[in-house]
Amino acid sequence: MTALLSVKNLTVEFTTRDGIAPVIDDLSFDLAPGETLSLVGESGCGKSMTALAIMGLIPSPPGRVASGSISLAGENLLQASETRMRAVRGNEISMVFQEPMTSLNPVFTVGEQIGETLRRHQGLTRRQAKALSIEMLDAVQIPLPARRINDYPHQLSGGMRQRVMIAIALACRPKVLIADEPTTALDVTVQAQIFDLMRAVGKETEAAIILITHDMGSVAEMAERVVVMYAGRKIEEGYVDDILTRPRHPYTRGLIACVPHLLETVSAERPYLQEIPGMVPPLSDFGFMGCLFAPRCDRVETLCWQEKPKVTQITPSQSAACWNLQDAKVRVDA
Amino acid sequence: MPDTPVESTTLLTLQDVEVSFTLKRSSLFAKPSLLRAVDGVTLSVRKGQTMGIVGESGSGKTTLALAVARLLPVARGQIHMNGVDLLSLRGEALRNERRHMQFIFQDPYSSLNPRLRAEKIVREPLDWLSIESTSRRDDRVRELFDQVGLRRDQQRLFPHQFSGGQRQRIGIARAIASNPSLVICDEPVSALDVGVQAQILNLLRRLQEELGLTYVFISHDLGVIQHMCDTIAVMYMGKILEEADRESLFNTPKHPYTQALLSAVPSADLNRRNRERRIMISGDPPNPIHLPPGCRFASRCPRVEDRCRVDTPPLVDIDRHHRVACHLVKAAG
Repeated sequence: MTALLSVKNLTVEFTTRDGIAPVIDDLSFDLAPGETLSLVGESGCGKSMTALAIMGLIPSPPGRVASGSISLAGENLLQASETRMRAVRGNEISMVFQEPMTSLNPVFTVGEQIGETLRRHQGLTRRQAKALSIEMLDAVQIPLPARRINDYPHQLSGGMRQRVMIAIALACRPKVLIADEPTTALDVTVQAQIFDLMRAVGKETEAAIILITHDMGSVAEMAERVVVMYAGRKIEEGYVDDILTRPRHPYTRGLIACVPHLLETVSAERPYLQEIPGMVPPLSDFGFMGCLFAPRCDRVETLCWQEKPKVTQITPSQSAACWNLQDAKVRVDA
Repeated sequence: MPDTPVESTTLLTLQDVEVSFTLKRSSLFAKPSLLRAVDGVTLSVRKGQTMGIVGESGSGKTTLALAVARLLPVARGQIHMNGVDLLSLRGEALRNERRHMQFIFQDPYSSLNPRLRAEKIVREPLDWLSIESTSRRDDRVRELFDQVGLRRDQQRLFPHQFSGGQRQRIGIARAIASNPSLVICDEPVSALDVGVQAQILNLLRRLQEELGLTYVFISHDLGVIQHMCDTIAVMYMGKILEEADRESLFNTPKHPYTQALLSAVPSADLNRRNRERRIMISGDPPNPIHLPPGCRFASRCPRVEDRCRVDTPPLVDIDRHHRVACHLVKAAG
């Protein structure tokens, strides 16, 4: 399968007071057409930065893309002109942000905001854009779309605003939809609605989805493949079911075990949660030559402090970057 | 009134508690409208246990907690802790009672005074409530820092020099400083990173075992509630819809709302995911100012009947430790 979006050896550097820090360090992954890929990790691991890099929205200065390539259907976006990027953004790749409250413009009606994308990218007239906006609002299951189109964002609930954001993002039928923690600000019942909607609309428009989240539950629910990130680096990649049942990297294992997952049946027994000791390293430590997880790892060895872990291909679909992989002996040589 | 077990082990009882807010009038001549954030809540919390309150945003869980802590005026009802009528306390008596009841807040960034050093923050309750002699207080602060897993050399730092998890530890140290019997935890981990969440949850559990604390634990995260709590009350629009011990609530949820809430949680538990019996509830919660009559969940309930839109179902016992407010669930006997 050829990749729709391909990120290769991407490095993004930020200039900080303590020098240059690589917030994304040699990141590579592929996104196939129509697939849902999830980027998972704690805050500060570079998930959102990856999204911004794909959109060409890295704030510069202090940030800059130091090396690598991001290609969308063969076109390297990092070499594209600003005019070209404007045509890509919101049209071929679009994004849904975490905060539906702050990412809509409060002084325009939602209809104008959906219409703006359509008029700009598809060259529709006002009237056509309005008709299509109503259709989009209907597609994201907002009741009475013809009336709601004249509402301002403050007149809508959080869930409805996020639906509007999705409508804007999907209006031009993008090839790639990046959803950056789209449900973190929402209640679980509304989250379930939004996930259902993203799945349905994604399927209908055949958009590939990159879901950025810190919640393994959401990953299990939404994604087919997952990339686990830590301190700007990809540490594990594979199919969701494989990663959930057999995580190889100690961090992935910790990330799954440290969350009290809702269980199907509960018993009287309640063990303590497995902790990941310590916390995410400060930005000044990024780019350190050893493994960045070493200070928190329970399987750390001398080598971990000295050399950046190499990526081991465990199965054709699963790989991990660790010097001391768990269950490494069951490795299938591909 | 269904028998609220007033055993010797009960620490806190709430009897028909109502908290309401008067809203700004829409025009000069309009009647000011009343928002009942908490409407007739009856609960009892046993000593040494954790009572979980779970619900979506706007369900009134934080308002209820603030009311118990006497940080909000209660319009109606009674709250007793250890036999003391909390609502009748005034002035000095209330201040003295506060030492038995402390609060851990959601946001570790805004709940610590940025101008005070960590040791001063932890020491404040001791100073204000005149606990221990002045000379012993420094020792007590050191002891508290040990208990919550902070280093002693961090005592002189300011809040901004700590990470989110460490700040929450300071908040916990402050809460247990006065040796309270009841600690109200209002979403103590929802502002923290997943890796740090586990550390704080384990710390809270350990402190409970060591100090015999009783928690009222508020969260919207059902996984966290399931992990932490002995009894759970599910709130929706200011009312308790279901209350049960941990095993009954999660293994045999009765109220349609609880069932929908549980099925809405995305889960990494593959067994749970494979069951695939998602109950979708559509729409948003109703406007709390103009609540329709009848059951508050009627507008979103997948099993709604005509009577649900007319009569408000009372919270009745269906089992020894299981109460449900729904017309469709049969009461015991």
